[in-house]
Amino acid sequence: MSDGVGEGAMLVETAGRLLAGLEAAEWSNGWSALSDMGLPLALVPEKQGGFGIATADALALVRLSGFHALPLPLAEAMVANRLLAEAGLDLADGPATFLTQAVERAPWGRDAHALALALPGGWIARIERPQVEREGTDMAGMPRDLLRFSPDGAPTGTRDGHASLLWGAAIRTLQVAGALERVLALTIAHVSERQQFGRPLAKFQAVQHELARMGSEVAAASAAGDMAAEAIAGDTDPTLAIAAARVRVGEAVGIVTSVALQLHGAIGFTREHMLHRFTTALWSWRDDYGGHGYWSQTLGRAALAAGGDGFWAFATEAA
Amino acid sequence: MDAIRFANPPRHEGAEALRAEVRAFLSDRLKDRTPLERSESWNGFDRDFSRALGARGWLGMTWPKRYGGQERSAFERYVVVEETLAAGAPVAAHWIAERQSGPSILKFGTEAQRQAILPRIAAGEIGFCIGMSEPDSGSDLAATRTRAERTGDGWRITGTKLWTTYGHKADWMILFCRTSGTPADRQAGTSQLLIDLHATPGVTIRPVIDLAGQHHFNEVHFEDALVPADALLGKEGNGWNQVMSELAFERSGPERFLSSIQLIVELVRILSRRDSDLARAAIGRLTAHLLVLRRLSRGVAAMLEAGDNPSIHAAIVKDLGAVFEQSVPEIARTLIDAEPDMAADDAYPAVLANIMMNAPSWSLRGGTREILRGIIARGLGLR
Repeated sequence: MSDGVGEGAMLVETAGRLLAGLEAAEWSNGWSALSDMGLPLALVPEKQGGFGIATADALALVRLSGFHALPLPLAEAMVANRLLAEAGLDLADGPATFLTQAVERAPWGRDAHALALALPGGWIARIERPQVEREGTDMAGMPRDLLRFSPDGAPTGTRDGHASLLWGAAIRTLQVAGALERVLALTIAHVSERQQFGRPLAKFQAVQHELARMGSEVAAASAAGDMAAEAIAGDTDPTLAIAAARVRVGEAVGIVTSVALQLHGAIGFTREHMLHRFTTALWSWRDDYGGHGYWSQTLGRAALAAGGDGFWAFATEAA
Repeated sequence: MDAIRFANPPRHEGAEALRAEVRAFLSDRLKDRTPLERSESWNGFDRDFSRALGARGWLGMTWPKRYGGQERSAFERYVVVEETLAAGAPVAAHWIAERQSGPSILKFGTEAQRQAILPRIAAGEIGFCIGMSEPDSGSDLAATRTRAERTGDGWRITGTKLWTTYGHKADWMILFCRTSGTPADRQAGTSQLLIDLHATPGVTIRPVIDLAGQHHFNEVHFEDALVPADALLGKEGNGWNQVMSELAFERSGPERFLSSIQLIVELVRILSRRDSDLARAAIGRLTAHLLVLRRLSRGVAAMLEAGDNPSIHAAIVKDLGAVFEQSVPEIARTLIDAEPDMAADDAYPAVLANIMMNAPSWSLRGGTREILRGIIARGLGLR
């Protein structure tokens, strides 16, 4: 595959249809569908065994995996393979995940054929079939497992260990941006259909204004997603742009989920309605790979170092 | 979902080169300006400063050269605007003219009107005020009662405009008024007229002092004021469409999230010497909001440059921007204990007082929060 714009857009569209069909997928069928399309290698450079998909297109798929709250470790496997490839290690032969110093439990650890592990000192180790010490889940019910492994003797390669945290934060930012767009769409559909007092909820000004507030937050989160994607795909240090994006989407999650649940009424608070799949995933994703405290302080430390007179120049250069 | 997806702002090498040039100019020109003065944001008035910007070709930058412009990109203009605002430069003498009156005249004016007025705006020589709101028509602009009747060789105007920012120092006004029918006809029968405030008899301008004790607002009375026939801007009866287009110029710029930037600067100045987890987290959060707002606003500039009509996007930037700007003094008071005092010797309490007292206007001017949220809801498919 080439980097041609047309092909990239086509890939995103085709893969997007696949992801839409996998919203409530059975594990084995779902994973093989992703794998057959080569999507777990979407972030791997062509010369290291990937298909030469543009990073921006691969990240568009990550955003879509959020839009569909995909119950499969696609984003994790994409990043794990990227980290392994850049460290000169073998790619995973199936589902894969990655761990950073900041994260204890591995997303989808129980299903991983390979784990890319960031070690102190900037090394990446490749752990084959890690053992599960204790199973757990995030709030959306997606696996978060404590793994048992020893990096001794595992193949390791050099790579900036910090990169794994940045990748983790970047994919979660994009997944959050995608899922927030979905929550907005669900809420618009609900208030347009649901009738009370003889007219659709959408006709009430109080409802319109809350929805507008929600739309603006989703717009900000979406732009923050773009900012994170540009930063992680770019040539300069993406830390501050990712920190800002991360902080901004985390705050949008709080506002958007609360307005969405309020406007859906009691039905949105049930397991029966699909809204919960997105809100619960959002509440977990926004604090994965460094929470609000970590990222806000990372950005704040740099801003304070710039000082009062240097603050504006800092702001125009940070992202 | 197009309403909530913004264009990615491109990196523009010319704009970045210009940024360094503008910064150097401002740093020298504004070296004696106090933090309190800087916190006036776009209310600081200095005709000489505007002329100096004009002399450098930094006003009306995107306009055709034959009207005094430079034919440069929207991104280059954006750099000049955001750098002057961030530095707390006194931009009021050209602000409204350069941002919205000039672009409206370029879009709707006759060749003679463009020739007569645009080069003077680009030179920083003349200022405009906005003749939209009235005592009984604020957000409900279509309820305008100011009337212009045709006379043998012009128009006779009667009515009152209110909240006219810098009306007392402006040279011209673009007046929105009724030229036929009655207020019951709403948008129909409205027009815009160019009023030369120095040469129009029957115009009286009275100050309206604001909450902060400052004089920015005015009440402008027209009592059988006579203007020539060629004062008509655009088409008779097309006033509503023209006003909506003018407001779109007004809603997405960096002025919509930089009004309290001087308070952030003073906060950072103090907290950089009192580092703590709380300070880092709070400044990090404000910075995150600022960076994303700036990206959204530059995204609108990119959409304007591409010839799109991002009026919903502009409303989103303005609403998010005002919420952010207004949150800054509330956050500041949780970080530093200081009594807000405009007369204080220290910069921080003075800037805090000025920002706190001006902040309420930020979600009123240029379209209230409620109007904007109505526009955004409609853009999302509601109503």
